[in-house]
Amino acid sequence: MREIQAAEVVEAVARMCVRANTELPQDVRNKLEQARTEETSPSAKEVLRQLLENADLSKETKLPLCQDCGLAVFYVEVGDDCRVVGGNLRELINEGVRKGYDEGFLRKSACDPLTRANTGDGTPAVIHFDMVPGDKLTISYMAKGGGAENMSRVTMLAPAQGWEGIKEFVIKRVAEAGPNPCPPTIIGVGIGGTFEHAAKIAKRGLLRKLDDTHTDPEIAAKEKELEDAINRLGIGPMGLGGKTTVLSVKISMEPCHLASLPLAVNVQCHSQRHEEVVL
Amino acid sequence: MAEYKLNTPLTDDDIEQLKAGDVVFLTGTIHSARDAAHKKLFDLLDAGKELPFDLEGAAIYYVGPSPAPPGRPIGAAGPTTSYRMDTYAPRLHSLGMKASIGKGKRNDEVKAAMKEHKGVYFGATGGAGALLSNSIVESTVIAFDELGPEAVRAMKVKDFPLLVINDCHGGELYVKPDLDAAL
Repeated sequence: MREIQAAEVVEAVARMCVRANTELPQDVRNKLEQARTEETSPSAKEVLRQLLENADLSKETKLPLCQDCGLAVFYVEVGDDCRVVGGNLRELINEGVRKGYDEGFLRKSACDPLTRANTGDGTPAVIHFDMVPGDKLTISYMAKGGGAENMSRVTMLAPAQGWEGIKEFVIKRVAEAGPNPCPPTIIGVGIGGTFEHAAKIAKRGLLRKLDDTHTDPEIAAKEKELEDAINRLGIGPMGLGGKTTVLSVKISMEPCHLASLPLAVNVQCHSQRHEEVVL
Repeated sequence: MAEYKLNTPLTDDDIEQLKAGDVVFLTGTIHSARDAAHKKLFDLLDAGKELPFDLEGAAIYYVGPSPAPPGRPIGAAGPTTSYRMDTYAPRLHSLGMKASIGKGKRNDEVKAAMKEHKGVYFGATGGAGALLSNSIVESTVIAFDELGPEAVRAMKVKDFPLLVINDCHGGELYVKPDLDAAL
């Protein structure tokens, strides 16, 4: 059984929080640059120019890319043949969040849902654990901003509605969200599982690289179909019109109940801040 | 589409000339307030008490900045989504607020209030928080410190880059999604 020290986890999490919030991942940058080339509308080009300048400035000054440094969301894969010593893994991740959000001058956005009192340190993080074969601990972090998260939805379709029903729901959701979630967005689509599982896998899809291709060619084709359809909406960067309403669509699909067709649409803003570490 | 340089406090004349799509560089003092601060401002109004800043000609910025690192007046400071303040904006316009600054759609009540009271809704680029902070030269918490990022701040801005999304003549810049083309 391989042992991983508690301090290693805390340090790695803190580092990820700071880095993700100050360095736009290269795949996102590439997509924004590509969109800037392809757009013909001056306002769309100008918004994309500002976003790229913002990314440069953030990297240089270490100011966060966005003042909304998100609720800290983690997907954690714990290998069967490793264990963390010196602390509880959930608590260590939260400790890393406290440290990273404090030292990185990141905004702490966690609050009581009813009193709205800020918890003051960015925790508790939302953590999804999974057990996997092997002796590695993989921690993926996402800074999930509120503006885009608010535009997300879960629905339970009738099985008869099928792919056409899924397509219609996703497209209408993006249309209704319009300029609110800071387009161009990335859309995570979770199909199947149960009510809560659809949402969980929809969000997990957002951790993929924007320029990757789904391993299943049929799903890859569906992602492309949805991406093209959504971009025909013409919402464009910040809703000012243009060809780029989404940068990418990521579908995650798992088996579901005979009676159900769960569907989740998780909307992510253009500031797609995420990091992964393998310990 | 025209370009204007305007100063706070904003006047009726400032607002009337603006059309959706115009670019405005705003200089002067603006005030930050978002969800929790608006609720507290309304508690004060309902109790007949004075607000922490003058609404006459005011521009309210829907923002909750990240903490200021050493050597800078403020952290990242881009706009939050405005619709959550739709319930508050009409009354503030009726009391003298001239402009709100945010991102995303406004409802019909806010648009009607802007027509009636000569108000404007400016968009700032969402997710460009680091860049926008460069136009904020000073920031001071003036009320509700306990709200942390949601406290009301007086922010001195210089040539803060804005886009007129909704003007006081009923004009709107946001495009209507083309559902027919997409479906």
